[in-house]
Amino acid sequence: MKSSVVVFPGSNCDRDVAVALKKFNIKNQMVWHEESSLPKSDLVVLPGGFSYGDYLRSGCIASKSKIINDVIKHGKNGGLILGICNGFQILIETGLLPGVLLRNKRLRFISKSVFLKVENTNNIFCKNYKKKNIIELPIAHNEGNYFANNYLIQKLEDLNLVAFKYCNQEGKIEKNFNPNGSLNNIAGILNENKNILGMMPHPERFIDPYLSGEDGSNLFKSLLNLYKNEN
Amino acid sequence: MKINPQIIKKHGIKTDEYKKIIKLIGREPNMLELGIFSAMWNEHCSYKSSKKYLKTLPTKNNKVIQGPGENAGVIDIEDGDAIVFKIESHNHPSFIEPYQGAATGVGGILRDIFTMGARPIATLNSIHFGDPSHLKTKNLLHGVVSGIGGYGNCMGIPTLGGEVKFNSTYNENILVNAMAVGLVKKNKIFYSKAKGINKSVIYVGSKTGRDGIHGASMASAEFDENTEEKKPTVQVGDPFTEKLLLEACLELMQDDSIISIQDMGAAGLTSSSIEMASKGNLGIEINMNKIPCREENMTPYEMMLSESQERMLLILNAGKEEDARKIFTKWDLDFSVIGKTTDTKNLVLNYNDKEVANLPLSALSTDAPLYDRKWKKSLEIKKIDTPKKFESESLSESLKKILSSPNNSAKNWVWEQYDQTVMGDTIQSPGGDSGVVRIHGKNKAIALTIDSSTDYCLADPITGGKQTVCEAWRNLISVGANPVAITNCLNFGNPEKEIVMGQFVETIDGIKQACQYLNFPVVSGNVSFYNETNNNSISPTPTVGGVGLIKNINNMMTSNFKNVGNFIFIIGKTLGHLYQSEFFKEVMNFNDGPPPKVNLFNEKNNGYAVLDLISKNLAESVHDISSGGILLSLAEMCIRGKIGANINMPKVNLNKHEYFFGEDQSRYIIEVKIGHKKEVEKILKKQSIFYEEIGKTQKDEIYIEKELKININELIELNTNWFKRYIT
Repeated sequence: MKSSVVVFPGSNCDRDVAVALKKFNIKNQMVWHEESSLPKSDLVVLPGGFSYGDYLRSGCIASKSKIINDVIKHGKNGGLILGICNGFQILIETGLLPGVLLRNKRLRFISKSVFLKVENTNNIFCKNYKKKNIIELPIAHNEGNYFANNYLIQKLEDLNLVAFKYCNQEGKIEKNFNPNGSLNNIAGILNENKNILGMMPHPERFIDPYLSGEDGSNLFKSLLNLYKNEN
Repeated sequence: MKINPQIIKKHGIKTDEYKKIIKLIGREPNMLELGIFSAMWNEHCSYKSSKKYLKTLPTKNNKVIQGPGENAGVIDIEDGDAIVFKIESHNHPSFIEPYQGAATGVGGILRDIFTMGARPIATLNSIHFGDPSHLKTKNLLHGVVSGIGGYGNCMGIPTLGGEVKFNSTYNENILVNAMAVGLVKKNKIFYSKAKGINKSVIYVGSKTGRDGIHGASMASAEFDENTEEKKPTVQVGDPFTEKLLLEACLELMQDDSIISIQDMGAAGLTSSSIEMASKGNLGIEINMNKIPCREENMTPYEMMLSESQERMLLILNAGKEEDARKIFTKWDLDFSVIGKTTDTKNLVLNYNDKEVANLPLSALSTDAPLYDRKWKKSLEIKKIDTPKKFESESLSESLKKILSSPNNSAKNWVWEQYDQTVMGDTIQSPGGDSGVVRIHGKNKAIALTIDSSTDYCLADPITGGKQTVCEAWRNLISVGANPVAITNCLNFGNPEKEIVMGQFVETIDGIKQACQYLNFPVVSGNVSFYNETNNNSISPTPTVGGVGLIKNINNMMTSNFKNVGNFIFIIGKTLGHLYQSEFFKEVMNFNDGPPPKVNLFNEKNNGYAVLDLISKNLAESVHDISSGGILLSLAEMCIRGKIGANINMPKVNLNKHEYFFGEDQSRYIIEVKIGHKKEVEKILKKQSIFYEEIGKTQKDEIYIEKELKININELIELNTNWFKRYIT
């Protein structure tokens, strides 16, 4: 499997996710935001950080960057896109994923480990979470408060497009365990074709036992399995 | 404008100093030159009151690559890797404008690190506020914490810990000390010393604006009721630009284009250009028309004294200018060749084809005033009585009170606003004894801590200075790290006062003694004087940032109890010193008396013994015993591990309060498996280390027969509630 990590000025998790991809034997290239086309890739990763300083609105300027047209094209043609944190915000701004990400409910940056329930394990990104679907990953963001109108939320739920929800250690999904105020405790969503995933938590930060957890590993392993099965 | 006594005074220059200027340059300076003198000769930049004493600190051991005098200190961590680190204060600006003050404090210290070629891998901070009930405290706390987070988070550098303290001594002068740590290859370290004449001097980064003019002079004066008016002297930070600057500089540093590099920090372009040239024993000539400006019609005076952030000065090898320009253009940063090095040993500024300043560099650096200020010994503490009836206080209620006091409360509200896990190498987050970050791609790690002990230092500066160093040492040992070196930030009042100067002199003496004995040298640091408002100085507050090496990350230790049924040992002797303890302060409301004595011999031996046990995998958890004594440390281990402890009453001849709350130094608590007990005792006996076995870990509660029985969940609540309530 080949991947591309797009580097915007202000991206700061680009290296981290590249390290994770490499660890799981995914062949990766870094792509500068001023390129007009992507190299041949199965997966495009929009990393975390503060693209263009997050000025104007998180992810907004990145959604108008030079490389983004080709990213959108890749996604619309069924190519895989993973947006983590700021990458999720960018996916929302491009319209590849619906809804908005508001500022956290308490208007503060939140950095901590949270529990997540993998709500949909029937997609390319989350297959390997079937056995263990209550996981722990770190979040670190200012704007992760997912919001949409009732109709859209209902649709996401009905079509099973919510990938992750905030929960407690036992998997209970309640307001108390929601760090940022997102509707229905949503932490990550898929598009209708399930080839695009946007998520606020950082799987790339929990990939080995020294880092207080390795629950992020299964996301990358899922992607790798896909490659193995299909080739 | 003609220079008159009022203008001179406004520049913070004393009459004698002005006479010295005239003598040094053989004429009256013009306004621009006066501004340059004021920027270079103020306390913040010149260290004129402190230099004499800073020189006495030990700065070398076999790991030190670079001691004080550069942008930051550098230590060797083997395999060709080196760690660059430094701490700096941003106290004055943070009090005037907490968000920007704290943010630019972080920005400034990060630049010091990557200026040397290192990629920053962690930051820490020590922040001190006034009494929680003081009108300004809450607002300052909110502003400072979000400012630190706002900058560090955007840069993508994990904040690994620090301390948050409250004390009424800081009501009108808060402290914001930021420490940054970077990783560099030993053979790729960059320095600020210029070499060679006729080399291009290049300005990169943000444009110069009118912010922060005279910032360094502001930080060299006390506050009064007009402090608010000083807002324009506070710089405004842009972490996004700094992130670009970081990447651009590191990209350029891949090859050998750079001869020397210096960030524009305090006193901006003035101090950076002068430092580079004078270190290289050269001259420097700058064309002020080439300075990238943010606003129109900026004067050379404003350009030279602006403290706009995110700027760097480079001296490049001939012919490398175009390659360098490409890199900075790619990162969308300004790049301007503004001048050249010369052999005149003068600073020459030209503007509109006219020479507007011409000063000998020696007058600005080596010939700057140095003071041997008068100082007074601190009063020796006479024997005083202990507070009445402290023996009748309940242990249980006392622990609860201490655990839920502002200074001992869990600071999660603060840590959670800082990104702790970005860069993917954080292996111990804030809240333990030290933060630990793995060296990327390797099996080793460094441990980082930041410590201060205000009350101890006020009561006895020498002991307090020693204790602060030892505290950092212990915090590193507790996570299994070999302590290597420190950086320090010395926060004091007005040095023109003999008492304050005395506190400074004595604190340095204490730091020196401890550093020497422990082979734990000072490799960088900064002095912040004039932390004073309306004639009230803060208590002396040296802050020590310690760095240690964990050669094998499998030997990293944590402080949470691991299992029930294990033995609990105390390493080091408990003497029951209660003066200046949390028990006396929080429970008895009693603040007098001397701090606990520091025995450096015990400190060293106990520390190495603990390290030995950790490296032999004989300890399950380790925590140092500091403020709050044995009982608070035990409670913290229970909270962190969600495991209880059954503790015996002491067999020694001390009353229970002295035993459980005494703050004697050089002590640790360790958890030992039953099967390891014999081996541990054998090692401790062999090394003549004093130890006691005081009980066992158990389920759910901390328990002392007939005295105390508290459930872990209650401990956690007590420990977290104060902050939650305070903040909402």
